[in-house]
Formats: sequence, C-alpha cells, structure tokens
Amino acid sequence: MDWQPLVLTFKLAVITTAILFVISIPIASWLSSTKSKFRPVLETLVSMPLVLPPTVLGFYMLVAFSPANAFGSWLNDWLGIKLIFSFGGLVVASVIYSLPFMVQPIQAGLSSLPSTLKEASYTMGKSKFTTLLKILLPNIKPSLLTGIVLSFAHTVGEFGVVLMIGGNMPGKTKVASIAIYDEVEALNYAAANSYSLILFTVTFVILLLVYLTNGGYFKRFSQ
Amino acid sequence: MIQLNLHKTLSSTGGKMALDLDLTIEKGHFVTLFGESGAGKTSTLRMLSGLLKPDSGMITVGGTTWFDSRSNIDLKPQQRKVGYVFQDYALFPNMNVRQNLEYALQKNQDNSIIRELLEFAELEELQHRKPETLSGGQKQRVALSRALVQRPEILILDEPLSALDLKMRIKLQEYLLQVHKKYKLTTILVSHDIGEIVKLSDSVFEIQNGRVIKNGTAADFFGLNKTSAKFRFSGEILKIQREDVIYIISVLIGNDIIRVVSDPKEAALLRIGDQVLVASKAFNPIIQKL
Repeated sequence: MDWQPLVLTFKLAVITTAILFVISIPIASWLSSTKSKFRPVLETLVSMPLVLPPTVLGFYMLVAFSPANAFGSWLNDWLGIKLIFSFGGLVVASVIYSLPFMVQPIQAGLSSLPSTLKEASYTMGKSKFTTLLKILLPNIKPSLLTGIVLSFAHTVGEFGVVLMIGGNMPGKTKVASIAIYDEVEALNYAAANSYSLILFTVTFVILLLVYLTNGGYFKRFSQ
Repeated sequence: MIQLNLHKTLSSTGGKMALDLDLTIEKGHFVTLFGESGAGKTSTLRMLSGLLKPDSGMITVGGTTWFDSRSNIDLKPQQRKVGYVFQDYALFPNMNVRQNLEYALQKNQDNSIIRELLEFAELEELQHRKPETLSGGQKQRVALSRALVQRPEILILDEPLSALDLKMRIKLQEYLLQVHKKYKLTTILVSHDIGEIVKLSDSVFEIQNGRVIKNGTAADFFGLNKTSAKFRFSGEILKIQREDVIYIISVLIGNDIIRVVSDPKEAALLRIGDQVLVASKAFNPIIQKL
C-alpha cells in the first residue's frame, strides 16, 4: 500500500489545525466580546463553510488563485506563491473550510465565562492580552480541545475543496480521501478499503478521546 | 476625596432609567450605597472603576481626573487604582488561592504582601486549594485579599456578604473594618443589611431610580440619634402576638430572638418582616420602625 496519501492527509491536518488555532483565538475573542454592528457579518462569514457545498468554496478559490486572474497572478509575481494544485493552496483552502470548527467552540467557551473574571483582571491592571492568556484561555480548555480536534478531523475528512483546488497529484495534493476515490474508480477495492479503514479508526479514536476527556472520564479515573 | 458626577442611561429589566448622580466621598471614609435592586448602585461602582462608561460627567479622585466627558479623559480600568470585590467573587478557577493573589501583583511589586494578606485573612492553610473547594466565607476572604494586593486607595465591595450565613457575616464585617483601617482605604460598600451598614459605615447614600435621595451618617440615617438609649439593636420582626391588652413582638437580632412588649397602637404600625430598632431607656423598651 502507498502510505503517501495518508502521510499527506495528516500533515495537512496538523498544519491546518495549528494555523487555525492561532488565528481563531483573536477572532473568537473579538466575536465574544464585541457589540459592533459588523459582528453578525463576520459571524456569517465564519460559518459559511458549514453550509456551503465544498465545491462552491473550491471553485471560487480556484478562480481567485488562478495565475490567469488578478489576485492569483499578483501572488505568483510578487510573492512567488502558487496556490492552485499545490500543497500551500490546500492549506489555505483547509484553513478557510475548517474555520467554523475552531472559531465556534472557542467563542462559545469564552462567552460562557462570567464577565467578572475579565473585569477583575482589568481592575488589577492587567492588559486584555494578559487576561486572555492567563485567565480566559486556561478556563476554557475543553472548548480549545474540542476546537482542535474538530478542525483536525474535519480537515482529514475534506474532499470537495481539495479536489477542486489541489487536484490529484501524488505526493503533493493527493490526500487519503482522494486516494480512496481514485482506487474505487480503478476498481481497486482492497486499497480503497485499507485507506478507509485507517481513516475510520483514527477519526473514531480521536473523537472518543475528546468525549472521554471533556466528560471528565480520565479525571475520575485518576482520582 | 472622590467626586462623582455621572449621567448615564441604563437599560434594565424595567425599561430605561436615567442615572443622574452627584456624590462626594471623603478620603478614608467607609461609605455605603444603599437602595433597592436596580437603583443604579452597581452601575455607579462600575463607572468609578472604569468598567462602564458614563454618557457624560466627571470623576476625580484626590485631585486626579479619571473621567471627564468634556475633555475626553477616560482612564482605563487598568490605570485606576481600585480594588474591586465582585458579588460572585470572580476568583480565577484555574489558579489556587495563592496564585489568585499573586496574579494581582503589579510589575516589580514586592511579593511580601502576599504572605501578609494570607496571614491576615487566615488563609495560609488554604493557599494551595482551588477556589471551587472553598466555602462562601473563604472565597470572600480570598476575593478581598486579592483586591488588596495592588495596594489600592479605593476598595469597592459590591454586596460582599449577602450570600453568607449570619455568623460568617458578622465575622467578616469585623474583618472588613480591620482591613479598612489597616490599609487606610476609602471603602465603598453596597449593602441592604441595615445592621451591617450601621456597624461599618461612616456615611450612607440612599439611591433610588438613579438619584441620591438622602445622605448622612449611618446613625442619622436610620434615626438612631433620635433616641438617647441605654442599648439599641436593629433587627427583623418575626412574629406579632396579642396577649390580653398588650402585644408581644418577637424580633430577630443577630442569632437571637428577643421578645418586646408593645402597646396596641404601636403594634398596629408594625408588620412581620419589618426592620426595626429595639432600644431601652431604663425600664422602658422602645420598638421603632426603621
């Protein structure tokens, strides 16, 4: 069996999740505390990937990143970045596609904390950043874990966006979900089954660990 | 001296209310804001500490302007030297007692104050416990100690003792008084408990619908100076009972129930649940509605 698609899948998921974690915290923090009238607009944009067919997202990104168009050629000429049919493009697409899975749990977690925690920290002279880092985030660990795992699992499972923007290039953009499709098309059911079984098992174990952790199972166990 | 001149339209459950306050608090005083829920007491404290922005007005503390809508001055809560004890204590659940206090240390501040405060509040044995494992009174002591770490000039207490049982309340009232004197604080308390107010405060402001309707010393305020009595206590009427020509009124004072005689005319004015003052001049007990 060719392990490359699986390795590529998990590499993509790890990088995507790491980027999402960093960019989602400020977004979620802003959304949970702002009274701005732009909030519903940003909330909608973040949530769009939940309902939009992945092919729609993939299609527009393909158009936008294409060197034949203004934005794509600018990226290519000035930054030397080519986002279509490349691993970099997959990362960008996955970050956008999985954004709600990271932002929403963190936002919900932050909103559930009493506002006095934050206010108490401010009255002690602590900045917003220190408060977020030392008080707010440590108290929403389950939400952070949920965000990380959902984004990871969602990226492992994506197909439409990847196919549109990445194509099917072995070692570069051929992730496991596409490899399965490929093998089925070639009537190679045994290989398709190996990939599928591995994805199935890994996703099951990851999600199970989250529910056990957030349900306090391990805590009960260790006490 | 703290001068507050605040205007703010508050939206509460009962619709909109215009808060329009003008108060002066002397440095070193223990002041109570008294009044019904929703009168604007907590909003006043939040505006003083910078957590809520007034629509217009001015706040000056000891000659420094903290807020002035005309010259666009608005110090952030981080820049105002205020120790704030929240009604829900707002202890950080991820930190133990000691870490909660240490978090409040300012840059380059000597941490010997942590030990001093832990010792003073008798929290040394609890210092490694997480807030969730503490009782209400213990949490309150942590919250109060934590508010004092940064050596504020102003201490704000938003109904700090309302959730505690009577015994703990009395103990902590003593503690509050000691803290107020020891650290030379200007303390602003929100409270509904008349006994507590009389015991703690130098002066009282009564706030109703966003306005100060009455102020004075605690004794003036609740009419304690009208009687020159040998003893006097405030309490709550539990029972009014007729015995032949007189009435026996049971009053809860502290943990004790005291039975006071009263003539029918006086008794007719009293209801169960009323806050009353019980005093005695020589042999003649007086019971008077507050």
